Amino acid sequence: MQPIHISRRILRPVRPWFIVLSMFAALLVNMIPLGHFPLMPDWVALVLVFWCIHQPFKVGMSAGFFLGIAMDVADGSVMGQHALAYVLLAYFAAGLSRRILWFSMAQQSLHILPMLLGSQLVMLAARMVSGGVFPGLTWLFSSLIGTLLWHPLNYVLLLPQFQPTERDENRPI
Amino acid sequence: MNVVGHTPPPFFKRGPAPLARLTFFVALSVLLLVADLRFHTLEWMRLGLATAAWPLQQAAYLPVEAGSDLEQYFRRLTTLQGENQNLHHQQLETAGLLLRQHYLEDENRRLRTLLDMQAHLPVTGQVADILYSSRDPFSHRVVINKGMQQGMEDGQAVIDELGVIGQVTRVFPLTAEVTLLTDKDQAIPIQIQRNGLRAVLAGAGNGMMELRFLAANAEVRVGDILVTSGLDGVYLPGLPVARVVKIDRDQSFSFARIQCAPIGGVERHGQVLVLGHREALPPRPEEPVGPADTVRGKRSRRH
Repeated sequence: MQPIHISRRILRPVRPWFIVLSMFAALLVNMIPLGHFPLMPDWVALVLVFWCIHQPFKVGMSAGFFLGIAMDVADGSVMGQHALAYVLLAYFAAGLSRRILWFSMAQQSLHILPMLLGSQLVMLAARMVSGGVFPGLTWLFSSLIGTLLWHPLNYVLLLPQFQPTERDENRPI
Repeated sequence: MNVVGHTPPPFFKRGPAPLARLTFFVALSVLLLVADLRFHTLEWMRLGLATAAWPLQQAAYLPVEAGSDLEQYFRRLTTLQGENQNLHHQQLETAGLLLRQHYLEDENRRLRTLLDMQAHLPVTGQVADILYSSRDPFSHRVVINKGMQQGMEDGQAVIDELGVIGQVTRVFPLTAEVTLLTDKDQAIPIQIQRNGLRAVLAGAGNGMMELRFLAANAEVRVGDILVTSGLDGVYLPGLPVARVVKIDRDQSFSFARIQCAPIGGVERHGQVLVLGHREALPPRPEEPVGPADTVRGKRSRRH
């Protein structure tokens, strides 16, 4: 079942191990300690949104939940903070997947931005309710960077699906 | 259509509706949030997951380590020599103090026994490296490379060469989490070095600290050094903590707003010293009933 409606390119079916691998890689990159560098995008959220949009039947809210728990432990933040944000993110990404894939890359990014910002606002709300401190507006810029990364990320994560089984110069795939 | 004892296979394999699943997962997350924030019952879960994620975290730390190694490799010889010379100077400067310290400590102990006072306990420390600060912008925490295996415990004070930087708040098998003084939930009892006025210093969350509940006419000046008062039984008395940078005495409030900047390298990386536990202070005498109970508490003490 391939809910990909782009007519420009015919894609091979995705391999499950590649999805798992990309999520692991995103977790790993998120764990790289760079201090409080505010512009670092949330790679896990980006990869999750990508797979929720492209493979809504394979990746969904349960993946978001478990990735969120992993991030909560890795960050030392409150349990459930990332989990809640990622579950909501996965829900909206999967819900909008049929619409988003019709648009061009730039327009897709415009759909991604409010989703990422929303997930950050959910985290913010979860922490402010429990008496946290507002970390400053620069923190929200990381969503913007994530949005700009949508196009290159799309290319990288779809790369294994671009490869044809047998090469044929006369075929457009 | 249900034939007796046999249901037709569904056309599409689907689980519960998305909205139902969303409700389930959101409820689960909120449950976790409440359980962690209100009841602090999830430490065992965090411990297990953190132990499982330890190799992943080490792998993530590799590029940073490689970067710093590379930087050290290319650092110029002259800078290193200059640094070495500076360190020698510093050592010589502190040597005088250090050499006399043993003598003074001995003298102090003798005098204390003469005066029949309780002896100060010698305090041990362990040097630890800061591995990284957590990515979460809400929490001011760093992770150090000593854990249960090295005998770390909750509540130990952490200092660097300039002053106090925080307190160990979570211990994992191989690492420990240090909550920095600038965290909003972290408070430390201090006194002003100049006049001995005692107060409580709490983090403000933005890299600064706040001196709370001091009257608007309190004797505080900009530039005052705040040192630990040692009243909590966690921090040793006399460690430098912060410097007063701004005082806002608004007459419409009963308290002054006093901002302080940490003295230790609170938000920088490097090496820190984790101090051993102090002996527990004697328990507070019970107020309503009869004469004060003066039995000294002998709670957990390890050296």
